[in-house]
Amino acid sequence: MYDIIIIGAGVTGCAVARFLSRYKAKVCVVERCEDVCCGTSKANSAIVHAGFDAEHGTLMAKMNLQGNLMMPQLAKDLDFAFIQNGSLVVCMSEDDLPRLQKLYENGVANGVEQLEIVDSKRLHELEPNVSSEAVAALWAPTGGIVCPFGYTIALAENANANGVEFKFNTEVKGLSRNENGWAVQTNNGILDTRYVVNAAGLYSDVFHNMVSAKKIHITPRRGDYCLLDRTTGDFVKHTIFQLPGKLGKGVLVSPTVHGNTIVGPTAIDIEDREGVNTTAAGLDDLISKAGTTVDGLPIRQVITSFAGLRAHEDHHEFVLGEVEDAPQFIDCAGIESPGLTSAPAIGVAISDLLRDLMGLEPNPDFIPTRKGILDPKTLSPEEYDELIRRDPTYAQVICRCETVTEGEIIDAIRRPLGAKSLDGVKRRTRAGMGRCQAGFCSPRVMEILARELGVDQSEITKSGGDSKLITGRLKDRI
Amino acid sequence: MKYDIVIIGGGPAGLAAAVAAYDAGSRSILILERDDKLGGILNQCIHNGFGLHTFKEELTGPEYAERFIDQVIERGIEYKLLTMVLAISGDKVITAMNKIDGLFTIEAGAIVLAMGCRERSRGALNIPGFRPAGIYSAGTAQRLVNMEGYMPGRKVVILGSGDIGLIMARRMTLEGAKVQVVAELMPYSGGLKRNIVQCLDDFGIPLKLSHTVVNIEGKERVSGVTIARVDDKNKPIPGTEEHYDCDTLLLSVGLIPENELSRGMGVEINPVTNGPRVNESLETSIPGVFAAGNVLHVHDLVDYVSEEAASAGRAAVAFVEAGGREEARNEIPITFEGGPRYTVPVAIDPKFVGDSLTIRFRVGGVMRDRRVKLILDGDEVVKRRRQVMAPGEMEEIKLTRDMLDKHPDLKTIHIKVEEA
Amino acid sequence: MEKINLTCINCPLGCPVQVTMDGGEIVEITGYTCPRGEQYARKEVTNPTRIVTSSVLVYGSQSGAVTVSCKTKSDVPKGKIFDVVAALKGVALPAPVHTGDVVVSNVAGTGVDMIATKTVK
Repeated sequence: MYDIIIIGAGVTGCAVARFLSRYKAKVCVVERCEDVCCGTSKANSAIVHAGFDAEHGTLMAKMNLQGNLMMPQLAKDLDFAFIQNGSLVVCMSEDDLPRLQKLYENGVANGVEQLEIVDSKRLHELEPNVSSEAVAALWAPTGGIVCPFGYTIALAENANANGVEFKFNTEVKGLSRNENGWAVQTNNGILDTRYVVNAAGLYSDVFHNMVSAKKIHITPRRGDYCLLDRTTGDFVKHTIFQLPGKLGKGVLVSPTVHGNTIVGPTAIDIEDREGVNTTAAGLDDLISKAGTTVDGLPIRQVITSFAGLRAHEDHHEFVLGEVEDAPQFIDCAGIESPGLTSAPAIGVAISDLLRDLMGLEPNPDFIPTRKGILDPKTLSPEEYDELIRRDPTYAQVICRCETVTEGEIIDAIRRPLGAKSLDGVKRRTRAGMGRCQAGFCSPRVMEILARELGVDQSEITKSGGDSKLITGRLKDRI
Repeated sequence: MKYDIVIIGGGPAGLAAAVAAYDAGSRSILILERDDKLGGILNQCIHNGFGLHTFKEELTGPEYAERFIDQVIERGIEYKLLTMVLAISGDKVITAMNKIDGLFTIEAGAIVLAMGCRERSRGALNIPGFRPAGIYSAGTAQRLVNMEGYMPGRKVVILGSGDIGLIMARRMTLEGAKVQVVAELMPYSGGLKRNIVQCLDDFGIPLKLSHTVVNIEGKERVSGVTIARVDDKNKPIPGTEEHYDCDTLLLSVGLIPENELSRGMGVEINPVTNGPRVNESLETSIPGVFAAGNVLHVHDLVDYVSEEAASAGRAAVAFVEAGGREEARNEIPITFEGGPRYTVPVAIDPKFVGDSLTIRFRVGGVMRDRRVKLILDGDEVVKRRRQVMAPGEMEEIKLTRDMLDKHPDLKTIHIKVEEA
Repeated sequence: MEKINLTCINCPLGCPVQVTMDGGEIVEITGYTCPRGEQYARKEVTNPTRIVTSSVLVYGSQSGAVTVSCKTKSDVPKGKIFDVVAALKGVALPAPVHTGDVVVSNVAGTGVDMIATKTVK
């Protein structure tokens, strides 16, 4: 019997879990995938939005600003990569200046600080590679970039350290009421709980609609992205947005916290909630649009392309709180951009709501901080040498492109909620994230995973489930 | 630590450079190798076809490597295994690490860059579709099969007809896999003729030229691949799609010299080859830093790698013996027309050329009935008929001391490929 | 009369060579552009051979190697390629193995030994 079951270990579910762990409660996160951060949270622009875009007066606007304000301290507490690099919304024509002005005013109304409209001259001083045709921009110094994996994993690990249980490979099949609250039917049996938090991302409407007569509807909105080589990392310093249109914030060009350049997303509404395939048309569209705000985008330096799905709710608004006709069922639905930014604010809001509803006591043992995986590249040569003497696995480079050592990979596997697959290792350490895209390191990471998990290499998967990497031994079928 | 000559990489280039440097008189040589054995990628290239030029016999990759490793060991040349070079400074201080020495630095009198190359990935091609398990570069599959003894898949489609892809088509077939098709974007194969016949034709595997992969299916493991014909701008032609059920997509779509360390130390890179710009001594833009093998430009045959690397090793010794200071140089750039995409070297100072110098290049497309000319100040010193030239094969042309001596005030070196 | 189409492998030209056969006898060879092409075609239709390379398991290796590469010491008939590989199924050698060691003698009845091409300690 749990006090609270959270459905979904994306950034929202993990943030709710982390902030809930400030209180005394028996909390469990159930996740159908093998790891945290496997859905929308893993494939997005990785932007911490300043908060000027969401319409004033909406929950989205409120959560965005609060999340943005929380991010610097949270990144310090939980040791994940975050850089407040600032954002620029670039206006390409005099005719659009009124729309830029409106965006500015919306941001000011939302409470975003330091917002400023800059003229072409100042814009090009800030960002020399912005299109020479750009006439002005909205300059938001509080915008930032984050590692979405590191961030989600940090929230989950800290929640786990503070007592929150995680059940992976556990898919919720149904929900029914019982005397205390809810019986949650999963592929791994029935779990009883008083409260349910629905943080199921693209499936949040499915669970909501199981318990409520007031239906909501989520559309998977696909975004295709290209990631460029780290040699392009200084192409732009700020996150460069197009002036927003109907389907979202347009195509952005931004550095990532690890020094790549990210370009994306497209916005294509689809049916399949698992449709994370890129398409030729999508990528072509992306590449043609990406070049509009910047000059000389080095698109040939692409190292990978991918697609993510945004959980677009029909009213383009976060659905947060206890469902009116389904007591003890709390929605965190329709969390699309700026969801990554908003997650900490949603975490605080939902955990405080549950505290009030359930009368939760503070957790006296709550540890607010967490240490990430040690990146030896951040050490001085003396410290690094000392580390190797203590643990020689830090001298063994496994991923050449990103210089990731065996020591880091072992840490990623052994820590609580550790990596179980190639992608799990990749998201925690960046092994395989570089320009050769795991060509060199994947057999080596498979070896380490097999050794650390005590299984044969043929059991190792790319990302859990049926994503097996090896199909057998030599000559086994001749 | 201090060595006269430090060689970055213990593959075929590094080994040949070390042996040649020793034989040229140096007794202060160190090879740094990141893997747990010398030999580099040759260790996983277990097929035959190596060494016809060097040893006049047909060897497998490991055998070819062993010949050079034996020479290194006989000479007592020092090497460090499982050692990763993290950075090299412009003044030739190498930062490296391993489990025994920790994080350490080496001062080098001269450096030979011999880091080899890596494979282009799916990402670099922007192939649309899902990103499931079962997509491997041919070299990764080769490692799994030949070093680890695992089968990465059973029903295979291969994109790209580079030699590793062709070799893996045969290898997987012999191990019981069904290789259904090899799709090649270009209207010609990037692989050797011999490999097309012996790896594909022998087993009835179709090679589809001017085709590419337009979709990858399968959410967890690859379940199918769609290929389509491309037009002359390499764009897929709608309506030509063909679907293949498969669990594996192998990619053999090109090799890229691995020059992260070179770039880090400030070596000038030729954007055509992705390798350093070198002079007649295979010396990069930084005096005393030399490059050879696939880090310099991607080779077709390992024999040429060994030959080139030996020159680099000897040049490194000459640099050290000259006290590390170079005389004033008078470099003449090599110009070209009619076919070559690049030349190695890019420029020559005639006074540093020994008895002869091999100029290597590749052409940009398949060409028939050509004449290759080497022209010194308008004087055609080499004229050679070539029935066919193809991008997959490296071309070479020899410049001799005699030719240079006949042009004491040489101003231009030009390579011309023209219709015969 | 039977016509066999071949691609010559001697150089990048890759001449398409056609051999006309009559009951095992070569009647005509066309399409080659040099003497090596004719020789190649003659051999390919009368007695095609290949070197076969593969790998077998090793156990007890100090270096942790699990396989050792091997090859037929000389050419074997092309028709025997699959038999040669099948004969390696289940073969596992104790380390150390040295380059040139016989892995399987007279592999698949070809009269040719399969030998190691690598030293595994």
